[in-house]
Amino acid sequence: MFGLGKHDLKILIIVAILALLAPFILNPFPADSAMAQFNAGYPDLMQRFAIYGIFAIGFNILFGLTGYLSFGHAAFLGVGSYAAVWMFKLLSMNVLPAILLSVIVAGLFALLIGFISLRRSGIYFSILTLAFAQMSFNLAYSVLTPLTNGETGLQVYNDDPQILMGPNSSTVTNLFGLEMRSTYTLHIGSWNFDFAVGYYLCALIMLAMFYLSIRIFRSPFGMMLRAVKSNQTRMNYTGLNARPYTLAAFVISGMYAGLAGGLLASMDPLAGAERMQWTASGEVVLMTILGGAGTLIGPVLGSGFIKYFENIFSKINENVLHEWFSFLPQGLENIMVWMVSPFVGSGWHLTLGMLFMLIVIFLPGGLVQGGQKIMHLFRRDRPEDDKPGAARQSTPAE
Amino acid sequence: MDALILQILNGLDKGSAYALIALGLTLIFGTLGVVNFAHGALFMIGSFCAVSLSKILNLSYVTLDETQTDFLGNPLKVKTPYVESIFGADLGASIIDWAVPLAILFSIPIMIAIGFIMERGLIKHFYKRPHADQILVTFGLAIVLQEIVKHYFGANPIPTPAPDVFKGSLDFGVLLGFDANAIIYPYWRLVYFGFAAVVISAVFAFLQFTTFGMVVRAGMADRETVGLLGININKRFTIMFGIAAAVAGLAGVMYAPINSPNYHMGMDFLVLSFVVVVVGGMGSLPGAVAAGFLLGILESFASMNEIKALIPGIDQIIIYVVAIIILLVRPRGLMGKAGMMED
Repeated sequence: MFGLGKHDLKILIIVAILALLAPFILNPFPADSAMAQFNAGYPDLMQRFAIYGIFAIGFNILFGLTGYLSFGHAAFLGVGSYAAVWMFKLLSMNVLPAILLSVIVAGLFALLIGFISLRRSGIYFSILTLAFAQMSFNLAYSVLTPLTNGETGLQVYNDDPQILMGPNSSTVTNLFGLEMRSTYTLHIGSWNFDFAVGYYLCALIMLAMFYLSIRIFRSPFGMMLRAVKSNQTRMNYTGLNARPYTLAAFVISGMYAGLAGGLLASMDPLAGAERMQWTASGEVVLMTILGGAGTLIGPVLGSGFIKYFENIFSKINENVLHEWFSFLPQGLENIMVWMVSPFVGSGWHLTLGMLFMLIVIFLPGGLVQGGQKIMHLFRRDRPEDDKPGAARQSTPAE
Repeated sequence: MDALILQILNGLDKGSAYALIALGLTLIFGTLGVVNFAHGALFMIGSFCAVSLSKILNLSYVTLDETQTDFLGNPLKVKTPYVESIFGADLGASIIDWAVPLAILFSIPIMIAIGFIMERGLIKHFYKRPHADQILVTFGLAIVLQEIVKHYFGANPIPTPAPDVFKGSLDFGVLLGFDANAIIYPYWRLVYFGFAAVVISAVFAFLQFTTFGMVVRAGMADRETVGLLGININKRFTIMFGIAAAVAGLAGVMYAPINSPNYHMGMDFLVLSFVVVVVGGMGSLPGAVAAGFLLGILESFASMNEIKALIPGIDQIIIYVVAIIILLVRPRGLMGKAGMMED
């Protein structure tokens, strides 16, 4: 079905089920219970899952397939956001033209940056993309203020032209009148499930983009990109020029980032330069690596994981910790709280950094590899190369 | 003319910081072949060494002074730093005043220890991994280090003044025969430049004139052959990592009075220092130093009003523009060796 193999179809269906039933799956605890703070089923957060999922899927097409590590992808996200907000300012609050323009603008921007950056590879490529992203960030804050509104951030004002706005058009972001923030809340017992239009738009686009990325992974084009990663020199000797392929991958992933930026602005019509800072680029790298670079489902997992724990960890404070450890004797409780508290609340970034280091050191394949390792443990017949004899043979004498 | 000289001087202090950080980065890259994204964090830790030393020296005990009263009529509480009670009031006060220069001594062992721990504990395991992995793991380490500092020192910049002697400015123009007040330059920035020059010369002298330095240079050129000669090159490279960390730390210590230390200053400098390394030539020590000063001076020229009027925003992006041009036109950098990381 859909031109996919059995395995890929299974993954697509799993992701589709997860995405479409997310309001249920992410809301396992009743609204008034103590565990309600672990619920993630509110539209604002779910939208971010989907949007950053798109961002990471796109980044994975570049980094996972070709191995080119871009440290400037946030620039495309930022450009996409700006483009979308400009469409809101000039046309109307309909999200469709905004999203289209953000993809196009980000694609053109990626074409320009990619054309220059891809003339180098390895660490030089990382530094070039980083330099371009920092340049865009600095310019957005200074000279380009008429376009970006500087530190305030670009937003929609009442005196904007908005030429397509009719007298009774909606003044919030909408898709042909369907407002993004309109939410239907289903009450079952003490559970509240929110179904937001905005989330479902993001989720459907995410699914479409995920499907597209599977097709890219399995296409001859995807094979070319893998060839770039495994041995570019050999690829050149077979008479193939790698640059058009990597440039195409770069532009595609830039368009994914622009789409994510456009969606971010569609959910909340605001764009700021801090979205382009290089720490933001670092974040998408983290998501992809954490999930598993080069795997299909990895980026989706990684972005969901990071955004979920960012949300949960930021909410926990010392009082909550004291509640948790209250079963321990007083002294022990204080010690536990003292030990854990630097990692929660505003210390989320510390946890993130440590997690990231641990993943890179011990599990370079990310969560997907971790899952596979655990599966291997439970499987009875281990594959050949796991046997001790084979392992001994494969290690050369030092 | 005087405006030109002023801009060159203005560029020197930032250029010194770039040069010192880029020198450390290049030392690490040239010896160990590792791209260290945590180097900016080392610079930041150096700055916070100065902050902590001045905090330690300012530790005080409180006594009640019966001769003075506060506005409620109670005896006034007087804070006396322990240093003053140990060394006497005058010497104690001047020790506190000189906290930043003293932090140089304080920071060297700390930075070398941090460098050793980093290299032995983490980076050693990444020699054989791809550059992307090295970038990623040191990037993670940089986040961790900066969050730890944020946890203990807070997110706000901490002003750390220079000694009183160096406050105020030098009227540099008079020395060169211009009008008074034409070229005003703060003393501390002169000190910073002088200090950077001393540190840079010391590193070069160490590499050039000692046996240890000779072995290290040989190792940079051909690691395997040096190893075959029965020299434990890894141990020496570890020491070089410690020295590189100390250089970054010293740059940070002395930079504290110029720019109040905050936890993300390392990241801000890191991106620029990488650009400096690329412009100078990956693995070339003189290149890193020259490019550091060059870009510092270019940056201050670009922030002149005349030039900003000509090309708006050029001061924000000049360094990146130069780097992009260099990478495309001469990928090995100004002084890089041919064939070294030139893909």
